[in-house]
Order: sequence, then C-alpha cells, then structure tokens
Amino acid sequence: MSAIPVATPPLLHGPGFWKRALGHRSFVIGAVLSLLLALTALLSLLWTPYSPYEVVMAAKMLPPDSHHWLGTDPYGRDVASLILVGARASIAVGVIAVSIGLLIGTAFGLLAAARRGWVEEAIMRVADFGFAFPAILSAIMLTAVFGAGMVNAIIAIGIYNIPTFARITRASANAVWSREFVLAARACGKGPLSITMEHVLPNIASVLIVQATIRFAIAILAEAALSYLGLGTQPPQPSWGRMLSEAQTLLFQAPLLAVFPGAAIALAVLGLNLLGDGLRDIFDPRLARKR
Amino acid sequence: MSLFLFKRLITLIATLVGASIVVFLVLEILPGNAAQILMGPDASPEAVQALAIKLGIDRPAVERYWHWVSGMLVGDLGLSYAYSTPVAELVLERLALTVPLALMAMTITTLLALAAGIYAAARHNKLGDVGVMGLSQIGIAIPNFWFAILLILLFSVHLGWFSAGGFEGWSEGILPGIKALFLPAISLAVVQSAILARITRSAVLEVLREDFVRTARAKGVSRRGAMWGHVLRNAMIPVITVMGLQFAELLAGTIVVENVFYLPGLGRLIFQSISNRDLIVVRNCVMLLAAMVVIVNFVVDLLYAVIDPRVKASDI
Amino acid sequence: MPLLEVSNLHVRLHTHRGPAYAVRDVSFTLERGETLGLVGESGCGKSITVMALMGLLPESAQVTGSIRFDGQELTAKSDPQMCEIRGNRIGMIFQEPMTALNPVHSIGRQVAEPLRLHRGLSASAARKEAISLLDRVGIPQAARRIDAYPHQFSGGQRQRVTIAMALACGPDLLIADEPTTALDVTIQQQILELISDLVAERGMALMLISHDLGVIAQNVARMLVMYGGSVVESGPTEAVFAHRMHPYTLGLFAARPGLLSQKGRKLATIAGSVPELVDLPAGCPFAGRCRFTIPECHVTVPPPHQVEPGHHVRCIRLEAVAAEKAAPTPTLPREGREEEAA
Repeated sequence: MSAIPVATPPLLHGPGFWKRALGHRSFVIGAVLSLLLALTALLSLLWTPYSPYEVVMAAKMLPPDSHHWLGTDPYGRDVASLILVGARASIAVGVIAVSIGLLIGTAFGLLAAARRGWVEEAIMRVADFGFAFPAILSAIMLTAVFGAGMVNAIIAIGIYNIPTFARITRASANAVWSREFVLAARACGKGPLSITMEHVLPNIASVLIVQATIRFAIAILAEAALSYLGLGTQPPQPSWGRMLSEAQTLLFQAPLLAVFPGAAIALAVLGLNLLGDGLRDIFDPRLARKR
Repeated sequence: MSLFLFKRLITLIATLVGASIVVFLVLEILPGNAAQILMGPDASPEAVQALAIKLGIDRPAVERYWHWVSGMLVGDLGLSYAYSTPVAELVLERLALTVPLALMAMTITTLLALAAGIYAAARHNKLGDVGVMGLSQIGIAIPNFWFAILLILLFSVHLGWFSAGGFEGWSEGILPGIKALFLPAISLAVVQSAILARITRSAVLEVLREDFVRTARAKGVSRRGAMWGHVLRNAMIPVITVMGLQFAELLAGTIVVENVFYLPGLGRLIFQSISNRDLIVVRNCVMLLAAMVVIVNFVVDLLYAVIDPRVKASDI
Repeated sequence: MPLLEVSNLHVRLHTHRGPAYAVRDVSFTLERGETLGLVGESGCGKSITVMALMGLLPESAQVTGSIRFDGQELTAKSDPQMCEIRGNRIGMIFQEPMTALNPVHSIGRQVAEPLRLHRGLSASAARKEAISLLDRVGIPQAARRIDAYPHQFSGGQRQRVTIAMALACGPDLLIADEPTTALDVTIQQQILELISDLVAERGMALMLISHDLGVIAQNVARMLVMYGGSVVESGPTEAVFAHRMHPYTLGLFAARPGLLSQKGRKLATIAGSVPELVDLPAGCPFAGRCRFTIPECHVTVPPPHQVEPGHHVRCIRLEAVAAEKAAPTPTLPREGREEEAA
C-alpha cells in the first residue's frame, strides 16, 4: 500500500491513452498475462484436452509427454486440463469477492466523504477495525460455523476487501469534494447524492479500477490459500490451491505436480499486478515520471 | 504526550472489545447450540441438555460473553469441548511455536526489505534498481505456501539439509528448534519482504527529493551521510505503518505455512478444532490472533510519536 | 587573486526531452567581501549556475569550463572533496524555508551539524556555538528554543535558522538563492537586512539571486543579468540601473509597475515567452523577442562588449538601442485616460 492515491481527472478517454498504454512495459506484459488467464478460463468452458473429472487409474502419475503435456495426477486426470478448469475457480472467486468489496466499500467511502463529521469517523473506525481480520481469519470463522466451500471463501474475501475500498474511496472522494468545480456545484444547490454521482465517482474511477485490479490479484492468492487448506473450493471442482495440497503428499514421487499449479497462480497474480501498476502509471503520468 | 497515549489506549481497548464481540457473535451465537453440534443430530434431547448445562451454554448470551471476557483477563479460557483440558494450556503450548516463528519471519523480512529497498533507491533507474523491482514483482506473485513447497523440494527432497516438516519442541535445544522453523520463516518472509522492499524504495525516493536533503548536502554532508542521517528516519514513517499492517498478513500466513510444514502451532490447533467442532478453542484462538494484530498496530502508532515529533503536536 | 573566478562555464542538463544547455559561456569574478547579484526570470539558469558552483547538480549534468575558488579548481574535485568546501568555505541558503529543514531533527542539531562535521566540535561545544549563532540571527530565547523542532517556527524564523546553518563555519562566500521570495513582504526586509549585516560584519562575499529588481538595487554592488543561460549584461548595479544597455534589461525595467505610473496604463510586457532551455536556437537567446532583432542576431551569440570599465553587454545592436533611448517613441497606448478624467 503506497501513499493514498489522490483523485485525478479520468484519463480513460484522455488524449493518447492507448498510445501511453501500449508503450508501457508493465501494462503490456500484465495485460497479456491477464488476457491469457481470462482466455484460459473461457476456453475451459468449451474444450479441455481431457475431462478434469474422470478418474483413469491406468494413467496415474504419468510424467509430461505428448499425450499429457503436463502429466497426470494420482487419479489419472490430465494436469493441463485441471489447470485450465482451475482458472475458473480463481476468476470466479476473484471477480465476485472484489465486486463485493468494491460495491459495499465504495458506497461507505462515498458516504463518509459526502457526510463528513461523525458519520465519517464512525465508518473509518469500523473500517480500521476490519483490518484486524485478514481473509484467512474471516474464512476460518465462517467455515467453523457454516462449513467449507467456495461461497464462504467468496464471502470472507469479499468482506476482507471492504475496508480497503472504503478507505481509498474516502481519501480520493475527499480530494474531489474540495475541488472548485464541486464547490461551484454546491453553490448552485446540487445535493450531495447528485454531486457524488455526477462529479465524485467519475473522478475517482481510475483509482478504483487500479485498486480493483490489484485486489483481484490478492483475491486469487487468498482463494488459493484457502483451497490449499481445504476451506475453499471443494472437490470435484478443480482448484489450483487444492492441487498443490494434493501434490505435497507426493513430493518425492512426482515433484512436477507441485510446480505447475503454483506457477499458474504466480503467473495470474503477476499479470494482474503488472496490469494494475501499469494502469496506475498510465492514468496519472505525473506519478509515472517519479518512478 | 499523555493525552496522546490516553487517546490511543482508549482506541485500543475499544477495538479489542469490538473484536471480541464479533468473534463471540460469529463463533458462539451463530452456530447455535454447541452441545447439539457436538453430540450430533441423533442424540437425545436430555443428553444434549445435560451437556449444555455442563458447558454452561444454557445461560443467556450476555452472561456468557461476560464470563468469557472476564475469564480472558485472568487467563482462564475455559475448557476444551473435545479434550476437557484448559484451553489456555493448549494455546500457550502452541504459541511457543507460532510467536517465535512470526518473530523470525518479521526479522528476516525487515532486514531483507530495508536492505533491498535502500539499495534500489540509491541506484534509482540503474541496473540494481531494476533488478530489485523485478524480483519483488515475482516475490509478490508467489503464494507463500507454494514457495514453501518448493523450498521443501529443494532443501529436503534434493539436498536433505532440512526435514520436510515437524517440530520437536524447544526441549531439544534452541538451535534445532530454530532449524526447524527456518524454512517456514523464509517462506513467510519472501512475500512480505517483496512488498516491504517496494514501499521502502518509494519512501526513500520520496524523501530524497525533499528540500532538506539539498540543505544537508549544501552544508557539506556526504551522500552517504545524507542517506543515513537525514533520509532514513523520515522514510521510516510510512515504512513502519506498512509493517504494522503487514503483521496481520504475516499471522494469516503462519496459519497456512504451519500446515505446510506440519508444525504444531496455533494454526494447526485451529484447524484441528474446526474438525472436532471444538468451537471454544477456535473462538479463543481467533480472538488471540485478532488481539495480536491490534496490539501490534497500537505499538506502531506509538513508534510514530517517537520517530516523528510533529505527531504529538498535531494529534490532540 | 579574486575569491571566485568563473570562466566559460557551460552546463548541459539531461532532460527527458533531450539535452538542455542551461548555462552558456558564463564568466564572472567575485572579490573577497564583494556583493554580486544575479537577476533574471525563472528558467534563465541562475540557480543552475550556483548549483554548479556547489557541485550539487544531478549526476547526469555535464559541466565544462572553470570555477576557481580561492585558487582551487572546483570542477576537478570529487564529491567528498566538495563536501569539505560546502557549508565550510561556501555557505548557501535557498528559497523555500518551510521545507528546508529536516522535520525530525531539532534545529539545534541541524545548526550544530556543520560545526561537528567541519570543525570537529564536541556535541556540547557545538551546542553552545549553535545557541550563539541562533541568537545572532535573531531567534528569541535561543537557549531555550534550541531543542525545538522546525514545525514550531514560522517561515521567517526558519529562514533565520538556515542562515545560521550556512554561516556556522564562517564561510568566505555566501550564496543566497531567492532567500526572501517565499516570505511575507514585511519579513522580507528584515531577512535581507540580516543578510547584509552579517555579510558586512564577517567580510564575506555574497552572491544574491533574485528576480526582484528592488532587492538587487538595495543589496548588491555589482550585478549580472541572465537570460536563456547567458549573462546578457553585467556591471556595477548603479550603472546597469542607470543605463540599461541590453534590450532585455531595458524590457525588464520597463515591465515594473512603478508607484508613480499613471492609473489605467497597461503594464509594459516583453512580447513572447521565455523559451524552454531544450529548444534554444542558435544565436542570441533573446533574438526574436527583442524588437531590435536583425537577421544577424540569429546567427551567433554576441560576445561581451565593454561599454565602460567593468560594464559589459552581449548585444550587437547597442547603437540602435541607444538611439531609441535618446528619442523615445511612445510605445504604450494611452487608453484609460477617459477613466481618469471621469
């Protein structure tokens, strides 16, 4: 978490956005990797080399070859197929959890900035309080009560994202509220809701987009950790984290099984992080020059 | 100064109380009748009621909450549902592993990250900087448990220098204990230090641009003197904030990493208790973890006042 | 031997748009105890010149030419060698007092720093000296406030502290880069008087940079007028103020609003805008904006031409300028007269 980003005018459709974007190394690499992730998941809906659910004991624990490019797991399932389908779980959890955090957190942040006073204080205190509960802790609590599963993982990670978005939204929104065109709007008698919708939101959009991208990456890591612990995506739905946990028991016999799922996670997260960093630089060229 | 301290203490207590209420609600009230859960759906109502009385869960919620909190303050955390041993004993036993592990990981993280961050800032835009930034991007993307597994693959399976897990306890000696915690601490430290190194680097770069650094140089202070005497103390202000926040992530990480290495720490206790439906243990452990995070952040706040003299003045 | 002798100084900066020749063929001398002013708009290279003197330019900057300080060639020195001179033989104060001090160190520590660094004083001896320095620059109750932090002082007081720091080791030369620009008008005068007194008291040489002609008039005996990285006019302050030989100097003076100007008259401006140092064309940097421009002005940089002893101007159109001054044509519109009458 670097210095709180201040709202900047949306350079989304500003002059030369695509030119700047395509010239930015981080953005390009990140965009390619992220696109790869999305395409993998989409592709898995249409086709995979083999079925990721079918158990074929005759083909168990095969090393990578021309039939099974990444080998097979102890149940004879094709690792490449498992990785393709596993992307779905990561993306699903990432998108939904970040959306929860974004919608609720941003709503609170906007409210805090519009109302100021004790409302702002209260919201910020509760948000600070939320930082005491990392995703794993909340997931553990939910699992202890409701049992393990992807839905609980999503809820836990979603709740975990709310304080971050609330904080960042409030800081950026405050900066916009103090700008002159907002003062002018208020002088014309515009109410806080319409000011928030028409002026504040568009100006903080770029900050939110960057944060969402980065939190997506964090969500993928969190889902992997939870699945690894058995608290997240449950069988038979393939999940990269759970693949790693299964692979760990066979480290001596089939070390490669532990490499591929982890590499998939790392590449997905790396891609999203680079994309987020790139977007941050592109949206605010002043920041980019300081790097 | 005392007003500052007082205000912070109030916030600390309020946060702890708030956390305890949340934990209590989620883990005690929400699940419903713990006795019923423990005995299963087929148990007779009388048996369930008997157990409920024994566990003290037939009493009203507020009373149970108060009983718990007052117990915590004197160190009595109740009895485990599964083992009927005092929870406090169980927890202390496990803390003897989790706390040293977290401390080791934090130390390694801090040393690595500060060194890398300062190095990168001093060689801004040159090869050293690019190298550190690239490595840190990879470090952030790697799941800590995957890195742990890779470390096991290399150092246990291939080289045989470390065991693949387990912890004998401190009774065997300090050094064997540290050796057992070494790989776990490294896997935790790698991700955290990648994040912290980037923060350190950008904090140092920000401060290097400040006017007072130019003033110092104009007084004849050398580049190195300016860095160590003027820049670092100012750069530490944002850095320790992040360190405080990272502690929560670190604890979350220890839970996962303890599972990778089969370490009998707090994390494993939590999981075993979830399987055993031993909710009282889960409740106390979660509370403990949350409390550690809150207390560490409190300490960080105090450190601020020590490092930055402007804080005491403005924050009344 | 002059205290400071700068000959043919060129500074090339590396910017993201390409190389910028920020200082071009600047030469001047400064005797011991002499005061010299450097005047010009933002971006004319005055700050870069003094930063080159101090050796504080970024590593990517290229400095050619000679800077001789007390017989030693500064451009040949390494950074550790320059560290021995900075704060010790040459002191410098900057424009922005609010950010010039380290917020986490007490002012006592910061004033004592050069004393401990260059004179090797112990902590207690340096502290005593710091108290007397702070007292001399006008910080009230110096002995008590020595442990206070910068945020507890006003802008004017912080500037006094930086002056104390710059003078701590008794330098031969004090460089003041726009020391009062960021201060309230009432404080400006106090600070300038303080600097003048200290300079006279200690027999220091002073280089004062300002864009304010009033400040220059009152505080320095000689002055340099800079534009586009070059010194376009140099000479005794009185002479430059009286004669204003270079077209740019002429324009600068004409652009000042005077107390006795008639209400309703437009302020005179110099047409055009300051060129970016990256884009400077060949020839005289003022060519194009100057109303005396002829084609030859765009070809080469005019060499310094002595108009009287000690007074030099870089211009090939001096006769034309002189001719116009002898028979001034009204160049300013007389609008607004009706307002006044009404």
